[in-house]
Amino acid sequence: MIKSRSKDAIWRALRPVIAASVGLLVGVAFTAMAGEQPWNVLRVILKGAFGSTYDLGLTLFYTTPIILTGLAVALPIKAGLFNIGAEGQLNMGALAVAAVGILCPQVPQPWNILLAVTAGFAAGAFWGSIPGWLKAYRGSHEVITTIMLNFIAAGLTGWAVLALLPSLDSQNPESARIAPSYLLQHFSWFGDAPVTWALPMAVAAAVLVWVLFRFTIPGFKLTATGLSPEAAQVSGISVRFQQWLALTLGGGLAGLVGVAEVMGNSGRFRIGFSPDYGFIGIPVALLAGAHPLGLVFSALLFGALQKGTAELDLETTYVTRDLAAMIQAMVVLAVSAEGGLTLWRRHRLAAKSMKPTRVKD
Amino acid sequence: MLCRHLSRLVPILVLVVLGAGLVGAVATPSALAAPFRVGIVLDKGGKDDKSFNAAAFKGAQEAEKKLGVTTKILEGRDDNSAEPMLRSLADKKFDLIIAIGFSQADAVKKVAAQYPGSHFVLADAEVKAPNVESLMFEEHQAAFLVGMIAALSSKTGKVGFIGGMDIPLIRRFQMGYEAGVKHANAKTQVIVNYVGVTGEAWNNPPKGKELALAQYAGGADVIFAAAGATGSGVFDAAEEKKKLAIGCDSNQNWVKPGFVLTSLLKRLDLAVFKTIADAKQGIYKTGTTRYGLSDQGVDFAVDEFNAKILSKDVIAKANAAKAAILAGKVQVPDYYKLAHTK
Repeated sequence: MIKSRSKDAIWRALRPVIAASVGLLVGVAFTAMAGEQPWNVLRVILKGAFGSTYDLGLTLFYTTPIILTGLAVALPIKAGLFNIGAEGQLNMGALAVAAVGILCPQVPQPWNILLAVTAGFAAGAFWGSIPGWLKAYRGSHEVITTIMLNFIAAGLTGWAVLALLPSLDSQNPESARIAPSYLLQHFSWFGDAPVTWALPMAVAAAVLVWVLFRFTIPGFKLTATGLSPEAAQVSGISVRFQQWLALTLGGGLAGLVGVAEVMGNSGRFRIGFSPDYGFIGIPVALLAGAHPLGLVFSALLFGALQKGTAELDLETTYVTRDLAAMIQAMVVLAVSAEGGLTLWRRHRLAAKSMKPTRVKD
Repeated sequence: MLCRHLSRLVPILVLVVLGAGLVGAVATPSALAAPFRVGIVLDKGGKDDKSFNAAAFKGAQEAEKKLGVTTKILEGRDDNSAEPMLRSLADKKFDLIIAIGFSQADAVKKVAAQYPGSHFVLADAEVKAPNVESLMFEEHQAAFLVGMIAALSSKTGKVGFIGGMDIPLIRRFQMGYEAGVKHANAKTQVIVNYVGVTGEAWNNPPKGKELALAQYAGGADVIFAAAGATGSGVFDAAEEKKKLAIGCDSNQNWVKPGFVLTSLLKRLDLAVFKTIADAKQGIYKTGTTRYGLSDQGVDFAVDEFNAKILSKDVIAKANAAKAAILAGKVQVPDYYKLAHTK
């Protein structure tokens, strides 16, 4: 019994790794059709992602927001909800961080960082709380509302940046610069790569979410809601509040991307800064089976792919940006198929085991 | 950056490029030396954007063919990818590194400072550094001329302007256009709409069509679309309502023959080619090189596709205005300068 369970655990841990590898190999196989040496392509990707401390730094730079959006997807999954709105939530968070950085330059050193981080989290959380409320109290499906709010956030942040906080020294669609005291120091070890305290912050957030679910009662309530809303309701848990809370917290985590981008990288809000971090968060969460710590590693995989495949354009003859995107897409496809299957099975298993104790209300 | 429509080269362009190519070929006999390597980083639009990046790509291809240089074209994937790409090219000691699009200004500034031995060229934005040449276009001058053409061709006394994303660059088009309209006929009204405030505005033909239909319904009969790929929606509306539209950046007269009155040309392909040709001869410029009406860096398009709808009289008046602008007799308001003095 114990033996088969540990075997099971190994199998469960291995499956996403196998899925990601299969996706990568299929993607690389496509480059062979374009006339490249597949092994050379793999080598370039690896070298591009980890070849030097600068490359590694850029990989970690891409990993940071993806950890946060992965968490923004994973946390609601635990409560049985699918958050596709991380893209909008991170835009709102970044807008709040930029607004604080531009409008409150006088706040003294440690407090300003705290203020900006809080603002980023709060703005993302606010944006997540809207579909949360609609889901919990109006029964609107969160997949629809979170997607739609992405567009509203894009429009709103675009307007706010250009109308209220416009940049006067460039013609890029971006905000003015935040006060220098808000800028996070780059870790010098990575050369010019913008790796900052935002990375440890993202990892700490992952640990916190893990602790929340592993050791605390609020985490248990969220989990119970996800496994069986009826059972949770009967045990005295307010399912509506838990659903609202899950999307709100998820939104807040996505909002922290604003800290990494605005304070750690560009020093301003650039419209369209995110290469779909919010959507990359979905396969990242699925690959890790929504496990907050496992997700850090799947985020690293996607960060490495983002950086590594960027190098293909320069280092190979035939692999263009689009073919590189295809390699990434194959990994996403393989991982989503596997991850979706795992989640679905687990959900069904849980629902089955709950059935005998289900009480009609 | 703008109007992403595939342009067909007018024969004149071919001649000009051929001529420049011959000059370049004659002037550079050193075929034995290592190949002259040019790295070009396009912005997110990519080489198939049928407009600004496509023009740069075309210029690079011409250079490869006519000058015997080797080019490596890289396409930016997100806002943060330009910097590592520029750095990689500098690391590999490319002889000339060209960055396309104002979004790369910060990256060029940073990387150029770290690689003083490399030479960089930036299109559509200015960076002041000893190893950077900036290519700027006087869009407002050409916009003034197409504004005149629009007003002179309008029968209703109303013309339209549809901008893509609401940014200073497009405001510059708008301001020049409006001045041209008023210069031709002070009574002509201009209806102005912008597609949006995000990058999506460059690529939204349905919205472009919707805005154009609304402007036509409001009485306009000529619309200038400075809106990237969104412009194709404006052309659709023109065809549907049997009205006129004006293209932008590339020559788009051929897209809907008979409905595209003319196109504002922004000749990045020429600028890129010329820069590469100069560099190959060892001429590395710094500071800002401006392309305007005088060197055909910007212009309006006259070809067989719009010969029937663009009257000779209008062309003559526009050419007269062009001469007046070049002579300094007509001042075209420049949004950039106004914005700076504000």
